[in-house]
Amino acid sequence: MCLGVPGKVLSVEENPAGMAMGKVSFAGVIREVCLAYVPDVQPGEYVIVHVGFAISKVSEEEAQETLEILRQMGELAELGEAGEPSEAGEPQPGPGAEPPPGPSGPRGAPPSPGPSGPRGS
Amino acid sequence: MRFVDEYRNQADVERLAEAIRRVVTRPWTVMEICGGQTHTLIKFGLDRLLPESVTMVHGPGCPVCVTPLELIDRAIAIARRPDVTFTSFGDMLRVPGSATDLLSVKAQGGDVRMVYSPLDALKLARKDPERQVVFFAVGFETTAPANAMAVWLAAREGVRNFSILCSHVLVPPAMEAVLGSPENRVQAFLAAGHVCAVMGTWEYEPIAEKHRVPVVVTGFEPTDLMQGALMALTALEEGRHGVENQYARVVTREGNRPAQDLLKEVFEPCDRPWRGIGVIPMSGYRLRAPYQEFDAARRFAVEDVSAVESPVCIAGQILRGLKKPHQCAAFGKECTPEHPVGAPMVSSEGACAAYYHYARAQGAAEARP
Repeated sequence: MCLGVPGKVLSVEENPAGMAMGKVSFAGVIREVCLAYVPDVQPGEYVIVHVGFAISKVSEEEAQETLEILRQMGELAELGEAGEPSEAGEPQPGPGAEPPPGPSGPRGAPPSPGPSGPRGS
Repeated sequence: MRFVDEYRNQADVERLAEAIRRVVTRPWTVMEICGGQTHTLIKFGLDRLLPESVTMVHGPGCPVCVTPLELIDRAIAIARRPDVTFTSFGDMLRVPGSATDLLSVKAQGGDVRMVYSPLDALKLARKDPERQVVFFAVGFETTAPANAMAVWLAAREGVRNFSILCSHVLVPPAMEAVLGSPENRVQAFLAAGHVCAVMGTWEYEPIAEKHRVPVVVTGFEPTDLMQGALMALTALEEGRHGVENQYARVVTREGNRPAQDLLKEVFEPCDRPWRGIGVIPMSGYRLRAPYQEFDAARRFAVEDVSAVESPVCIAGQILRGLKKPHQCAAFGKECTPEHPVGAPMVSSEGACAAYYHYARAQGAAEARP
């Protein structure tokens, strides 16, 4: 059961049993969700909801980073460049970086595609 | 929908497919763990965008599919009791047991109800203290915190008429079992994003190290899967192993600590049989001693259930990634979602259901333009 849907937290309250509950909007459909596992969540933030429980917050920052990587791939494709050969796992420099003077490294190696390595502490 | 639509961009998917085609120089076999990921792959035809030399193997990440037949027969026996309100997620109701299924029990007058959340089952138990309310607690680590909370609340409030029939399974031991099998061809994994949202990614580091495989924690939308595949294939081509996180917008290395704390309080790991695979050591959860009174298997003594599998169903081979659904003789004939022979045709996360719903009479290779 991996099906989790992102929703926007509209409000947070404590139910009579002292448990954190919230109203979460899924593109306008509002459901009551248990927020006990995301104790510091604020209205306006997004959470992943699975069987009536928020199991994680969605990080705007990380989401933007992922979309940025996709956008950079798009720009490189438009430039017709094969892209820099990548250091294993390192995020690539943005479109402002100098293209290599000629083919270098393994032919056609794409930019490193995404955040990688253990995250967090 | 925010945080969904952005990851379904057609142009992004095609660019990722192009990047994969450029990086792949040799045949590789990659397993996506979660049934939800299998569905996205098949539904959006992503497997057809991969180079022919890349084989995607569908993993056993369908908790409904791997629930042992004996447990389904036991659930049916409990549901038949006149004093029981038997509650479950939707798909479990249609999984065939040895002789029948829960939905048929309902049709014959049993009090069997579909619920969205274990908290709904607990509500029913509070509302009607005269009835025994049993919840079929099926799932991976994603669902375990919800079930743990229901049991914890029941214990705290003294809702004595509530119990769960526990069928929880864990991903890391399943990965070890796949990698340890002599028939294994899997060289890299796309790990289940929402399981990791709960448990973190650190559990996979020793597995990646010991077996020298890339493990890429991956989301569920089309660009997530393509990006995860690209990361895994790049690692394979570069001879690297270890854990990477494609789904960083949801998953952190340490995972959800409040959820893990409650899991440790309510559950403990135990050996568990997986339907079609066999017993995998320490691959399941059972209730810890202080909560065992909420274990429906203990509360309701049922006659020894002898589980008889269909001779036609090859679910075991499908779940271990040895065969694809369209290679089953019964696929689309005796076995369809309307009259399923085995679990993978029933479950919303089952590989057979995915192939059937998205009209896959052939595999990806045969279907390529």
